[in-house]
Amino acid sequence: MTTEMRPEVTQETMIINMGPQHPATHGVLRLVLELDGETVVDVKPIIGYLHTGIEKNCEYRSWMQAIAFVTRADYLSPLFNELAYCLGVERLLGIEAPPRAQTLRVMLTELNRIASHLVYVATTGMELGAVSVMLYGFRERERILEIFEMITGLRMNHAFIRIGGLAMDLPDGVDEKIREFLEVMPKRLDEYEKLLSRNPIWVERNLGVGYLAPERAVALSTTGPVLRASGIAKDVRKEEPYCGFEQYDFDVITRTDSDCYARYEVRMEEMRQSMRIVEQALDSLPGGPVMVEDPKVRWPAQLTVGPDGIGNSEEYVEHILGGSMEALIHHFKMVTEGVAVPAGEVYQVVESPRGELGLYVVSDGGYRPYRVHVRDPSFVNLQSFRDQVVGQMVSDVIAVGAALDPVMGGVDR
Amino acid sequence: MTPEELVERLGSRFGDVSLAYGEVTVITSREKLVDQLEALKADPDLRFDFLSDVSGTDWPDNDLRFWVAYHLYSLEGKHRVRVKVGVSESDAHIPTITGLFPGADFLEREVYDMLGVEFDGHPDMRRILLPEDWEGHPHRKDEELGGVKTQYKGGAFIPPVDQRLQK
Amino acid sequence: MPVERLPGVVTGKTADDLEEEVRRGVLLGTLDWAVSWARKQSMWPATFGLACCAIEMMSTGAGDYDLARWGMEVFRGSPRQADLMIVAGRVSQKMAPVLRNIYDQMPEPKWVISMGVCASAGGMFTNYAIVQGVDTIVPVDVYVPGCPPRPEMLMYGILRLHDKVQKEGRIK
Repeated sequence: MTTEMRPEVTQETMIINMGPQHPATHGVLRLVLELDGETVVDVKPIIGYLHTGIEKNCEYRSWMQAIAFVTRADYLSPLFNELAYCLGVERLLGIEAPPRAQTLRVMLTELNRIASHLVYVATTGMELGAVSVMLYGFRERERILEIFEMITGLRMNHAFIRIGGLAMDLPDGVDEKIREFLEVMPKRLDEYEKLLSRNPIWVERNLGVGYLAPERAVALSTTGPVLRASGIAKDVRKEEPYCGFEQYDFDVITRTDSDCYARYEVRMEEMRQSMRIVEQALDSLPGGPVMVEDPKVRWPAQLTVGPDGIGNSEEYVEHILGGSMEALIHHFKMVTEGVAVPAGEVYQVVESPRGELGLYVVSDGGYRPYRVHVRDPSFVNLQSFRDQVVGQMVSDVIAVGAALDPVMGGVDR
Repeated sequence: MTPEELVERLGSRFGDVSLAYGEVTVITSREKLVDQLEALKADPDLRFDFLSDVSGTDWPDNDLRFWVAYHLYSLEGKHRVRVKVGVSESDAHIPTITGLFPGADFLEREVYDMLGVEFDGHPDMRRILLPEDWEGHPHRKDEELGGVKTQYKGGAFIPPVDQRLQK
Repeated sequence: MPVERLPGVVTGKTADDLEEEVRRGVLLGTLDWAVSWARKQSMWPATFGLACCAIEMMSTGAGDYDLARWGMEVFRGSPRQADLMIVAGRVSQKMAPVLRNIYDQMPEPKWVISMGVCASAGGMFTNYAIVQGVDTIVPVDVYVPGCPPRPEMLMYGILRLHDKVQKEGRIK
């Protein structure tokens, strides 16, 4: 029965709720879809289901303690959050981390980029039906998490990049482990590409889906692989280099198709470029300290791995308890009160796996941050969701959501 | 363009321009905000066509209590600028810039949600991160952090961190 | 009386015949025990991953730390088909009614594991935005601390839950 035959039957759109608990929306993203049959007429992303009040929490902690909060914003790339925050505070303090710390920061963050893109491949594969890719992606990610655990002590949310450098130096044996990983990973990436890149189902679900014109992408302040897949080569590492990125040789990957398949290709290539950077960082690793020398700024402890985990080294504990009183007082003041950062404001950007991560740090001269605002790339990229999905089918909503790769911890903070 | 050149280029036309920590800040008023942003976007040398961030800060001791900072970026020139607008508590309204930069949509909603500054002309001015019926604006300095007292061993309760701190 | 219906198969009530049967692969036990055993052997979790702990939960379900050895790799999308809810991550005030809704949709018998300190007690976020412990909303069986807990810690929590299910053995 068509509507021509029964004119009193009107065509109404259906409003469907893809609720915050859904196996395919990346985390707690709620989408209210207005559907006309299978076609999406309108979509409203509703966020805020993971709002944690990180920014307000930072205002009540010392500058160093705020790192532990900021790191949990975008939980798939924690080292990037820490890096942006520490670079911002170091600019306010007018100090620079030593070269070894900078090279290690680059190495750690690029490894984190690979880990984050692996989660993208794994979850996108699972959501589009290629469930075995989920297992392969997480298998590779475990190798990287093992490296992180060796270096920082934790698999996620490390709070390792500190103001003035890093918390600790590399342990022995990490070098070989990273090189082993760098040897094995390219072959695994080839495996993924063999599995996915020319797979007819993958291509059908991703090619031509979620088109976002470059001008529209710029107007909506989209950044990261989504923007680079639309042809605009914006990468903070090349344009406003930090941590010595000028000296590394890598390419900014762009495609011109502006669809989900292009974003997939951009991310796969970016993983290879990140491996290049990690290798260069490892080869060019200078010696020296990993924390700045200034006693008014540096974290006073000498952390080492002891019999029960990471803690102050024995000699240091002896020095402050048995040695000099001033050292004990200094240690106490630095740990409880922390460093006083001169008044001012700074907007520090880094290139996180999802785009331009900006940390707007405002200080009023005190021992605690006055205002910390995290400009999260996923939050801003979500605005382009509507443009990409209107007029497409319901199943394309999943593909678009997966290719945008939002992390709700960063969106909601 | 280096920050110093930027300050020169801006100083004559945009009033209060300052340079600190390698960043250029322009302080303007809400009446001139949209025109100045449009001029920054259209100027052939400056070409600030990308909005990076909109964020709000609360300075309760000032007459102009809420300060909203707009961070702009130029894709061609690769330079940045920050434009700040201050409004008082009794009249916390700023014209929206979603006409110029559609990407300010969610960002302005967040400033409204957290700080209570309303953006006139915004297509969808409602809370974004907190529940719709939430009362209060958390990022204001007079709002407390919230949370419950934590019980430790021995039955001692300690209050949440904002009540523990001495000012 | 021992009866031989099929060649070689003896049903018996005497002690020797019982032993005979056990040797042939028959297990005897109470119904409670059997049902509890079945319940714990293939508990299906409902997806309730919220934040960082969700990633560790996915890692636990993936290849390196396999949840499939206990029949739990099938994360059901619909709560109506699940019997375990692993609350993995920080529960914000906006999410709390949704959490209760999902819990109510699960059919009995159901269990809840609160994974991570944010779900167990609010974690490091003692503020306006986070529910200070999901046990204020849903009844929790096992708390797994950690920020985030390692996969082995989550597996230990799951095994303790299995023990609990086995020992409780109540048929509803």
